[in-house]
Amino acid sequence: MADVQIAKKESAISFGKKERKLLVDPLNDNNPVTVQVLGICSALAVTTLLDKAIVMSIAVIFVCAFANLFTSLLRMYIPKQVRMIVQLIIIAFLVTVVELSLKAIDYNIYKELSVFIGLIITNCIIMGRLEAFASANNPWRSLLDGIGNGLGYAIILIIIAMIREFFGKGSLLGYKLLGPTSDYMLTIPGYQPNNLMVLFPSAMFVIGVLIWGHRAWNRKLIDIS
Amino acid sequence: MHSTRQTIIFVLIMTSIVALVLSLMSTGLKPIHDKNEAVYNKKAVLAAVKDQLKGDFDALSDDQVDGIFNEQIEQKVMNMKGDFLSEEDVRAAGYKGGKAEHLDMAKEKKKDEQDRILPIYVFTKDGGEKFYIFNVRGMGLWDEIWGNIAFESDLNTIAGVAFDHKGETPGLGAEIKDNKDWAGQFIGRKIYGEDGTFKSVGVIKGGAKNPMYEVDGISGATITADGVAEMMKRGLKYYEPFINSVKKG
Repeated sequence: MADVQIAKKESAISFGKKERKLLVDPLNDNNPVTVQVLGICSALAVTTLLDKAIVMSIAVIFVCAFANLFTSLLRMYIPKQVRMIVQLIIIAFLVTVVELSLKAIDYNIYKELSVFIGLIITNCIIMGRLEAFASANNPWRSLLDGIGNGLGYAIILIIIAMIREFFGKGSLLGYKLLGPTSDYMLTIPGYQPNNLMVLFPSAMFVIGVLIWGHRAWNRKLIDIS
Repeated sequence: MHSTRQTIIFVLIMTSIVALVLSLMSTGLKPIHDKNEAVYNKKAVLAAVKDQLKGDFDALSDDQVDGIFNEQIEQKVMNMKGDFLSEEDVRAAGYKGGKAEHLDMAKEKKKDEQDRILPIYVFTKDGGEKFYIFNVRGMGLWDEIWGNIAFESDLNTIAGVAFDHKGETPGLGAEIKDNKDWAGQFIGRKIYGEDGTFKSVGVIKGGAKNPMYEVDGISGATITADGVAEMMKRGLKYYEPFINSVKKG
């Protein structure tokens, strides 16, 4: 139960070791995707192209950070009986803000991401942070935690998208790098991009390999699971 | 603990604030959204004749798209019998702008076949050469697919196609939009047989055998490819009254 606890009185905005840990931990030791295995659904869906993944990452960082901040600000006032619904309203509000802004800023990307922006609402990373962190910590720390987890999600999303776009289409961000014809930067006659990389199952494989690689590289993770 | 009363008041205040902010934002951004959508739709039409345009098509700015549309494109709206509709008629059909670019083809597709109205875009290239762009709409595997198809002035030879889809699988059905080489196959194909009968263009699984009237299918996307063939056969047939009237002169 996330009983509201009165946070210890600390100087409201400071940036010490603990705060740094909030930002850096989710990038590696406590990554929401490869360690906690949350937010997998969108990691599968929006990683066919790098630009989509980057826009999605920015959207999630924004939503995660501000949902954490708002929940933390309201944590003393949110009635316990409806706290999940209230959290959902906050998330849905922020997601709609992102959707409306993106529609005004870059309509093409908005069309390409289509339903997946709306589906950030169901991204378990965000709800998880609100329940586990923001409802029991002060606003400043919650904001940092939100940004950190957003970044942790973003970094994995971008790595997957780079792998998938490069091997699946021979390009990155639309720049043609490796392919059979001369309009690619590096031309290998007869080279065929691996179409499997564009399909959803490949994201599953890539995430699996990433999790394995992450654990092999970061020994700390082997003991905690 | 909060009482029920407090809970209800909290939720009411919170939802009101959220609703207010979102509706303000939505209303405030509406003009930009509408403009973006209009440019997006115009660009989808121009995509069918992109080989005839100067410069890099993807790099066209919004103003350039508007400019080309205003100067080089003539818009017409036709009913299923082949009569042209005036702007008033189009407005009466529920489209405020009154021009072909304002038609919502998803809405038209829900009407009975004989009640639909169709957009026609006539693109005049710098040299004076005319291209006709027609809109077709059908079903893919998961959801709707649609496309703009440009014809040369003989209204028989395809000059370019631009397909789009709502929810086809990336890497399979979505190739109708993403794979430019596949869409490029349509260029030069004809829709009328040598005896003048309507044939449309077939999308053939396993490879086209008659290069005049067929293109290769997409492996792994048979149903989407069949959907493309079906929508072209049915959708272009709608335009026959117009095609015949132009041919007669």
